[in-house]
Amino acid sequence: MEAFLTVDDLKVHFPTVDGVVKATDGLSFGLARGKTLGIVGESGSGKSVSSSAILGLHRGTNAVVSGEIRLDGNNLLALSDEEMRMRRGKEVAMIFQDPLSSLHPYFTIGNQIAEAYLVHHKVSKSAARTRVVEMLDRVGIPQADRRLNDYPHQFSGGMRQRAMIAMALINDPSLVIADEPTTALDVTVQAQILDLLQDLQRDFNTAIILITHDLGVVAEMADDVLVMYAGRAVEYGPCKEILTHPEMPYTWGLLSSAPDLTASTSGRLLPIPGTPPSLLNPPSGCPFHPRCTHRDKVPGDLCRTTLPELLPGHHREDHTKRCHLADPDTVFRTEILPNLAPELVEESS
Amino acid sequence: MTDQTIPTMGADTSSTVATPAGEPILEVDNLRMYFPIKSGGLIRRTVGHVQAVDGVSFQVPVGGALGLVGESGCGKSTTGRVITRLYKPTGGAIRFDGRDIGNLKPRALKPFRRDIQMIFQDPYTSLNPRHTVGSIIGAPLAIHNLVPKKQILSRVQELLEVVGLNPEHYNRYPHEFSGGQRQRIGIARALTLQPKLLVADEPVSALDVSIQAQVVNLLQDIQREFGVAFLFIAHDLAVVRHFCPEIAVMYLGKIVEIGERDRIYRHANHPYTQALLSAVPDVKQAAIGGRRERIRLEGDVPSPINPPSGCRFRTRCPLAQEICARQEPPLLQIGPRHKVACHFAGELGQHPFKPVTARLLGVDDQGNPDPGAGPPTELFTQPGFADTWFDIKGRSSVEP
Repeated sequence: MEAFLTVDDLKVHFPTVDGVVKATDGLSFGLARGKTLGIVGESGSGKSVSSSAILGLHRGTNAVVSGEIRLDGNNLLALSDEEMRMRRGKEVAMIFQDPLSSLHPYFTIGNQIAEAYLVHHKVSKSAARTRVVEMLDRVGIPQADRRLNDYPHQFSGGMRQRAMIAMALINDPSLVIADEPTTALDVTVQAQILDLLQDLQRDFNTAIILITHDLGVVAEMADDVLVMYAGRAVEYGPCKEILTHPEMPYTWGLLSSAPDLTASTSGRLLPIPGTPPSLLNPPSGCPFHPRCTHRDKVPGDLCRTTLPELLPGHHREDHTKRCHLADPDTVFRTEILPNLAPELVEESS
Repeated sequence: MTDQTIPTMGADTSSTVATPAGEPILEVDNLRMYFPIKSGGLIRRTVGHVQAVDGVSFQVPVGGALGLVGESGCGKSTTGRVITRLYKPTGGAIRFDGRDIGNLKPRALKPFRRDIQMIFQDPYTSLNPRHTVGSIIGAPLAIHNLVPKKQILSRVQELLEVVGLNPEHYNRYPHEFSGGQRQRIGIARALTLQPKLLVADEPVSALDVSIQAQVVNLLQDIQREFGVAFLFIAHDLAVVRHFCPEIAVMYLGKIVEIGERDRIYRHANHPYTQALLSAVPDVKQAAIGGRRERIRLEGDVPSPINPPSGCRFRTRCPLAQEICARQEPPLLQIGPRHKVACHFAGELGQHPFKPVTARLLGVDDQGNPDPGAGPPTELFTQPGFADTWFDIKGRSSVEP
């Protein structure tokens, strides 16, 4: 059975005066109904650009988009602008990161959510209003029938994000792209919003693409994880598999650099050295090699000269990674895990 | 040029320089900061106050670090800004190096400004885009007239090297640097005057995780090398835990729990601290199967203009009872270096059924005045920690 959403060899290139910025370069993944895919990576790794391509948000810009995005069997990239417009917000919807700047300050919350509904449904304004109240109620806004007359500034951060979610879900989309939906929020509110997204996903059988830089959020929400670096997938597979047996040094770096609530506090944090590469002039070979501390383990300067393919790793067919390391599993167990979770070393060996 | 940490520092791996009982460089005593709300119209009468910080007390030891955590709007940033005297406090004392700087006039304050510096959250807006890095970092030296003009440049280059930037780059503008590098520039500026206390307001929140770790390591190197004390304000509980041996948790302008790292993260006694900790998504937990039980807090933080009576957390607290609306819980010391403000203080799952504070306050279990209970006990209200404390299980005073 074909997955509900398949992205195949997606490329988003931006021609600029300095050269072509390859923001996304050959990205492929699939997603089934009712499942969540977490996309992680640093800023500038191409997470948001790739998912905006699914919504067709690069149309009308100078971006060059190629490859294939099939939603329920239809190639979205082959649709006309008008056909795409009829799907956008109806079949595919997006929840943006910063709810304050993505809501219009001059219009009431109810007005803005109703607009999303009226574009796709030929109903009266009062029917739309009823539907808005129902949705606001569903996302947990108290006294929804009164609060819909409020302006965005009268809502707190968490409530604005709830309103954004109501707006995204009002047309019962089958795919929701959530771009850093909780990054601007406090942890307690983040927990509320994540719970809400999970509840709604269960009720509506929505597929969710969750873009985030927080591996903790991914660990709690996602079924599959896609780790991106410099516009490419560097590791992709089932969430639990990737978190317990990561095989790519960049994923190790992401896992090791963040402090957590149980680790020893006596040591130093282990950052990934250096800075993310420029997409205008990406490094040769493996884009991660200038920051990789394991490249010496690969013979023949391969990391600097040859881009590794995205190939199945040592554990499972559906866990793929882009790395030349011959035995990443041993390196992970002997060098990474002792720092990451000393208490787990025994179990996994 | 790389973003690596400086090789000359940090050979030592113990992160806690501060002896918890050291002399405080900073002592904040019952600090209050109210912002007036003015009415519209010609006569702008004051119609109310935003009680952003309401009676906060704590100490920061010399060369130590205190973490200040809480949700947005809890007053943690305002506390930092009052301490750097960007605001004049409404009440209370800020004793820096033994002297109260809360009421000093601008001129008298100038020498203290050297000793207390601030690192800001947003590396993009806290650097003037029209100034070169050299003039940004050198400005404090010129303002305080500390070194002859000719030597400013060499001092700037020295500082750039300390924070791990290329000293040749003093002539560049902020936009030529990445977010992590800009934050390093902000840190270099704060270090220029060799301060004794750094108020770091969310210093790594705007950075990617890998870069965040680089900057946290840099701050720790600086603390070790120069013996600077830190007031580390952040909402990321994991970063604060890594950096600070002592942590204060704030809610709606008040400290609800304060104590040593382990007491807060492993033996939290306040339901708010417990909820906050349970809400942090944890990779490890999720990876090895199943997440922890999350304590779900309903609703939002109430308005600090009209805070709830009694305990401010009671409107969202799963344990709240009548006494919580009637009596404000005192910040009670319950361990050698651990204070908590809750009538039903106890570790998760072990909260008592009857308020532990009732007898101390001279009230009955519902919070009504109780003539039979005897006079309220005199409680220790100083910023630091006392030698004796109140044992919540035995409900009696304990001496070590």
